[in-house]
Amino acid sequence: MNVPDRQNGSMIAVQGLVKTIGAQEILRGVDLDVARGETLAIIGRSGGGKSVLLKHLIGLMRPDAGEIWIEGQNIIDMSERNLSSIRQKVGILFQGSALFDSMTVAENIAFPLREAGERDPKVLRKRVSEMLEVMELQGQEEKMPVNLSGGMKKRVGLARSIIRQPSCILYDEPTSGLDPVVSDSINRLIRRLQQRLGVTSIVVTHDMKNAFHVADRIAYLHEGKIYFQGAPEELRQSPNQILQDFLLGRSDEQLTPKAFGVES
Amino acid sequence: MFVRFFNALGRPLIRFVQYLGEVVFLAADTFRSLFTHRLRWKLFLNQIVEIGLLSQLVVVITGGFTGAVFTAQTYFQFHKIGMGSAVGAVVSVAILRELGPVLTALMVTGRVGAAMSAEIGTMKVTEQIDALRALAVYPTDYLVVPRALAMMVSMPLLVAECIAVGIAVGYFVAIFLLEVNGTYYMANMVRWTRSRDIIMGLSKAFCFGILIVFISCHKGLTAREGAVGVGRATTEAVVNASLAVLISNFFLTMLLNIIYPAGYQ
Repeated sequence: MNVPDRQNGSMIAVQGLVKTIGAQEILRGVDLDVARGETLAIIGRSGGGKSVLLKHLIGLMRPDAGEIWIEGQNIIDMSERNLSSIRQKVGILFQGSALFDSMTVAENIAFPLREAGERDPKVLRKRVSEMLEVMELQGQEEKMPVNLSGGMKKRVGLARSIIRQPSCILYDEPTSGLDPVVSDSINRLIRRLQQRLGVTSIVVTHDMKNAFHVADRIAYLHEGKIYFQGAPEELRQSPNQILQDFLLGRSDEQLTPKAFGVES
Repeated sequence: MFVRFFNALGRPLIRFVQYLGEVVFLAADTFRSLFTHRLRWKLFLNQIVEIGLLSQLVVVITGGFTGAVFTAQTYFQFHKIGMGSAVGAVVSVAILRELGPVLTALMVTGRVGAAMSAEIGTMKVTEQIDALRALAVYPTDYLVVPRALAMMVSMPLLVAECIAVGIAVGYFVAIFLLEVNGTYYMANMVRWTRSRDIIMGLSKAFCFGILIVFISCHKGLTAREGAVGVGRATTEAVVNASLAVLISNFFLTMLLNIIYPAGYQ
């Protein structure tokens, strides 16, 4: 097929991805290309399959149909064990951070290195404190995850997923559940990582401020398909009703007095 | 009508077979990993502490009081026909072959099996298992292998401890409370207890350990969302593992009795 040009151009390519969970068709043929070094924001309604799509990209979920190429490798038929080579290239920040709650902050962050065979405590300590500095969390090494705020958890989770220097980072709702100030600091952090490490990023979000702040390109996932993709400006200026409703946060339900049980 | 009947029967049956298959696949995957991937020693030793060391109090109390009550009940019956000194033999063989392994397994299921499925289940529903996978760590290697190996090492030792305490307490109850002649008690016990009774008890312990660890880990790994999901997984793990112990005990007894026949031969 068109493998060679995928190898050159895109970091991630998705073709015709279909996923049904239970009786619900979540993804109905998603096609998506992500170029090396770009930041793509995937936006869409809650429960619209954004996180499901993201989890497919590192093989945490298996599709019913379709193909996913990461750096020219088709990951669909890879076994769980073989996927680890892909997973070393692609980091993910989970929506709930997914820190290991039996480990301290430092142990969490050092975990990927330790698993990769690094045993020297000096090296580990140095790398962890470097990461904490990037995340502006100096001195928090010995805290347990339960004692961290939501924003701190996200930053520790991010530190853990980038310590092995992946070439691509996936963010699942990085700013959900955070106050505007902390959200802004997370946005800045995502921006900084792009500039410093030159990584490819995919940010799944329904926070439009977040999307406009970090993205080079925005894709709108609607009813299981990519309904729109383009530059943030294009999205803002699009006359399309569905897109504008989403941007302005308009619900399509008409709130008539009847809806409240009042006769008009 | 027949179709409806078989439909109603078929669905749970298929689900049950599928469930058995999943547990067996988990076990196969674990043994494969055990021989082909490096062992995480620290996690293994943690589990030895959790399963083996910290279960001892429960196991000692279980063994002690079971030995005591079994000795007393046997004595009440045997005493009437003047066979009080034969109690030692009955107690020792029964505890070695049945009571020790089964009761220890049930206590370990409640203490360790529940903890395993709750811990792994919580990791599942808080995406920590997905995080492991995303960080290129195979969950079976990290979570199941250390637990399974620790269980296989700990269970025979715990059962041995339970049996030893049970027989010792039975001896004291017989000699000091029931005033049986100690010399005859011991002589009868040693005469009728064979090393194959010990082998049988420890073989059962090993098999029960395997059943408990895979049933519990499987329930944890397949836990569904939320606190309710973890609660249900834990309950089902304890119930299923206990039933598996009791049911397999019968078949193990029949099988092992061919290899290690009971009685004085």
